[in-house]
Amino acid sequence: MTTILSIKNLRKSYADGFEALKGVSLDIEQGEILALLGPNGAGKTTLISTVCGITTPTSGTVTVGGHDIQAEFRAARRLIGLVPQEIALEPFEKVWNTVRLSRGLFGHRRNDALIEEILRKLSLWDKRKNAIKELSGGMKRRVLIAKALAHEPRVLFLDEPTAGVDVELRKDMWEIVAELKQAGVTIILTTHYIEEAEAIADRVGVIDKGELLLVQDKDTLMAQMGKKQIEVMLTEPIATIPDTLAAHNLALNGNGDALVYTYDTNADRTGITTLLNDVAQAGLVLRDVQTRQSSLEEIFVNLVSGEPA
Amino acid sequence: MNWSAIAAIYRFEMARFFRTLAQSFFSPVLSTSLYFVVFGTAIGSRIQEVEGVSYGAFIVPGLIMLSVVMLAISNASFGIYFPKFLGTIYELLSAPVNFIEIVIGYVGAAATKALFVGFVILITASFFVDLQIEHPVAMVAFLVLTCLSFSLLGFIIGIWASNFEQMSLVPQLVVTPLIFLGGTFYSISMLPPVWQTITLFNPVVYLISGFRWSFYGLADVPIGYSLLAIVVFTGACLGFIWWIFKTGWRIRS
Repeated sequence: MTTILSIKNLRKSYADGFEALKGVSLDIEQGEILALLGPNGAGKTTLISTVCGITTPTSGTVTVGGHDIQAEFRAARRLIGLVPQEIALEPFEKVWNTVRLSRGLFGHRRNDALIEEILRKLSLWDKRKNAIKELSGGMKRRVLIAKALAHEPRVLFLDEPTAGVDVELRKDMWEIVAELKQAGVTIILTTHYIEEAEAIADRVGVIDKGELLLVQDKDTLMAQMGKKQIEVMLTEPIATIPDTLAAHNLALNGNGDALVYTYDTNADRTGITTLLNDVAQAGLVLRDVQTRQSSLEEIFVNLVSGEPA
Repeated sequence: MNWSAIAAIYRFEMARFFRTLAQSFFSPVLSTSLYFVVFGTAIGSRIQEVEGVSYGAFIVPGLIMLSVVMLAISNASFGIYFPKFLGTIYELLSAPVNFIEIVIGYVGAAATKALFVGFVILITASFFVDLQIEHPVAMVAFLVLTCLSFSLLGFIIGIWASNFEQMSLVPQLVVTPLIFLGGTFYSISMLPPVWQTITLFNPVVYLISGFRWSFYGLADVPIGYSLLAIVVFTGACLGFIWWIFKTGWRIRS
């Protein structure tokens, strides 16, 4: 794999002393989808803005496709597309013109066929002659995506692209992201929707208070940090957990008809066989058994709060 | 040079102008006609001639300058302030463009619009008075330079302004008085000697004087000084814009 984006010890501090980025280092491979998770004010947008040239870094280096974002800003920026978090569009301009502007700004020759293809893919073709102000919020967000795609970026930043959009657009977005990945485009996505990261990301980065807490393969992260629970459902509800099962640290659900056992997926012995034997020994009759793995959301909340997952 | 970017910005800015073309055309025609009715006819009937030129014809260069300067400033300031206000400036800052390309795109479009209006006023004026242009090349050069230099000033104002009130602050409180006191409607020689000296500190005097010279060969100050004034002003604006993009003042955090 080739590293397309390399961030080394990136810092950004403001005049009032606030440190938005505290030495972030991160390598992103070509063609991967990285989801950056973090609470509000964590530094996600600052990180993206710095890489894209909107914010000037205090120190550190960033290269895109081997080009330094400051010394070789033209070559670096040509490779980058950005879909910003806020809907920022000229309200009186037509969809077609605003998308065409983006292509020109990035130094590309006019290519109406490509713009048509992008607009059709984003269901904007019928709206191409409409002024931006006539579009719905979801449509405006599609225009932002079309603008970013119009200059054929190799690295695409999606800053909370599905914030406040309907389910249909979110699904469309995921499909577009999958298609771009197929075409070899590297995607860095910030999101509040954990299921979004869970559904489409290859790797997940967690950022908080300007520090990158971890970057890991999504499946590995879930396997390493995820808890797994087994729910033993009983035919008859019980009021208390029998003393013979105390060693298993079980929890009883609200109805008293299910025992919840939490175990480490990476442990050599999960203790499930012993548990099931002990449950039978205690005279309890099983109705059903089901397992549940902790979601990325739980992992994320635990990481940010500093508690073990 | 990213010529595609320059063309894209220029085209995008001109599209805004073409959307309101009728307004852009009729507004200067109407205001020029009103100036001729009020100043040319009412006041002009009392001032027959200024240095051998009919009063109506005498005020034409000043009238053109008045509109062109104000329009150049407002076009350029709105051109760059709007992306700041709407947030669309993110695209400009993240695009592979340098400050020269951005300035050529925005200032070029603003200057083109002002130039168009300048010619509309000139043509309108020709219906009211007999115009003569002794130095047509110099006239066009002065007009173009004025459009460019005040578009640069407007660009700076647009970057500096953080709200719409500030946008009109400089044009209304600084530029308009300077233009009105810069010999738009009178010759400097008509003023008392003390005021003649004070007036020479008004940079607009040099612009209007030079422009009027291109029409009638009449000038309040030597033509060389007029040219020098406009070149220095343009250079100062360009230098300031270079510093803005170097430091990211008011545009890049």
